Amino acid sequence: MRLSRDEIAHVALLSRLKLTEEEMAQFTGQLNAILDHFAALTEADTGDIDATTHVVPMTNVMRADVQRPSFAPDDALANAPERAGDQFKVPRVVE
Amino acid sequence: MVDYEPVIGFEIHAELATASKVFCGCGTEPGAPPNTHTCPVCLGLPGALPVLNVAALEYALKVVLACHCDVPSPAIFERKNYYYPDLPKNYQISQKRAPFGVNGWFEFEVNGAMKRVRILDIHLEEDAGKLVHPQERGAAGVSLVDYNRAGVPLLEIVSGPDIHSVEEAEAYMIAMRRLLRYLGVSEARMELGQIRFEANISVRPVGSATLGTRVEIKNLNSYRTVIRGIEYEVARQTALHRNGERVAQETRLFDDARGITLAMRDKEEAHDYRYFPDPDLVPMRFTPEYLERLRAGLPELPAARRARFISAYGLPAYDAALLTDEKAIADFVDAAVALSAPPKSVSNWTMGELLRLLNERGLSPDALPITPAHLAALITLVESGAINQNQAKQVFAEMFETGKEPALIVKEQGFAQISDAGALEAIVNEVVAANPDPAARYAAGEDKPLGFLVGQVMKRSGGKANAPVVNAMLREKLRGG
Repeated sequence: MRLSRDEIAHVALLSRLKLTEEEMAQFTGQLNAILDHFAALTEADTGDIDATTHVVPMTNVMRADVQRPSFAPDDALANAPERAGDQFKVPRVVE
Repeated sequence: MVDYEPVIGFEIHAELATASKVFCGCGTEPGAPPNTHTCPVCLGLPGALPVLNVAALEYALKVVLACHCDVPSPAIFERKNYYYPDLPKNYQISQKRAPFGVNGWFEFEVNGAMKRVRILDIHLEEDAGKLVHPQERGAAGVSLVDYNRAGVPLLEIVSGPDIHSVEEAEAYMIAMRRLLRYLGVSEARMELGQIRFEANISVRPVGSATLGTRVEIKNLNSYRTVIRGIEYEVARQTALHRNGERVAQETRLFDDARGITLAMRDKEEAHDYRYFPDPDLVPMRFTPEYLERLRAGLPELPAARRARFISAYGLPAYDAALLTDEKAIADFVDAAVALSAPPKSVSNWTMGELLRLLNERGLSPDALPITPAHLAALITLVESGAINQNQAKQVFAEMFETGKEPALIVKEQGFAQISDAGALEAIVNEVVAANPDPAARYAAGEDKPLGFLVGQVMKRSGGKANAPVVNAMLREKLRGG
């Protein structure tokens, strides 16, 4: 599987990343190298193995419906680039 | 001219009424100050690990089972990836290829006939945060985010495109909201956004089996806006077809003020969500025994309850529908009847007084100011002749206000009805003496003056006389029995 430059541009847009043509070329090469590396897995015989969505042999991990203490607003907002009162302030994105 | 019919499917989102969020222990109460219900998990801080809330799971499965869905095993959670500030993680935990319920159906009544729609998919996900876009000067280009709602459990119920009129659409929304409230899994209060509707709409020539290009409408926050949005959209698409124009597949927003739908500005790429299984959450498997136990624990559902109110209580279909609309009211009726009150009386009081007063005060049926025992006691007071119907209405209003026992109100207000013949005799004698002409005509066999005479006795007794007793006494006195 090879990623094209257009696919990289599409993924960059979805991730809201602005890439230069040089970066686009650079990441296309890097991501394809990663995909090539993982392509080795396709050589393994998986005919007897059920498809799985999870690598850990665990199911049904749950917690009781109990409230636990939340952050104080100052802690919640500690990493906010900007705040207005106790709210996160972000650039407006028109949906 | 070719007639077109609408083809409508619904996506209903309902917030589940759990105490804590779906993957963390933060509270879910609406209306808390901004960002007071957040933690590393729902803010998506690095290293935080979501763990599924067992109550959210059970609530979701109750709806799944009530809608006759199959439950995939294993069911899994996936990440729905998109970049928008309402999601701090840049993905929403949701379900896609193996949700909790698939291939079900839901039946409801429309104009006296049963209508069945397919339920394609019921999945559990997390709600997003709330964005406000301040309008004041100097705030252009700024949005404010409150993440209290991020991570509140949200159930999405996706119907098949099986609805073909606004009547069916409205009946479906009302019946599904009622189901959620009966199951006790969501308060589904529309004004709080606890239930939200999106409609997918296309039109096709009547009789055609193909599906037209569908348009999704958002921003529908009441039954009325859904209906108006559908009506506008059906007319718009029908006109396009008649003019030989194409309907674009798009998402449109309903503009409530103008009553029209408008295409949303969004790029096609925005719908490439790149779902993949969430490695933080393990698969879920359910034994048939577990699912059977949940199924057996489902409460009596609205349609069954309405049928029982007709068959067991002998109530007219209209009354039964009204009394079973809200589970709390139906519970109230059942409990009052269980206290030996006659169903017809319970029904009359509940519809005539209780629902009227709740409606007048804008009160929720979830917090009734009186108990079934109050009503049963009041009905006993009327039936025993201790008070008359008019007094009983005043007692009802008083107990609705104060929650006092009816017997206490009767005592405090001096409402007790005079049924004792000895106490009434003097009044009856006075009335007969003061009204010789009507008394004579009644004695001579004319029935009409009786009402007048009884009325005079009621007046002199301050409304406390027991009318049937007075009737009998006048008959005895003037006609000799």
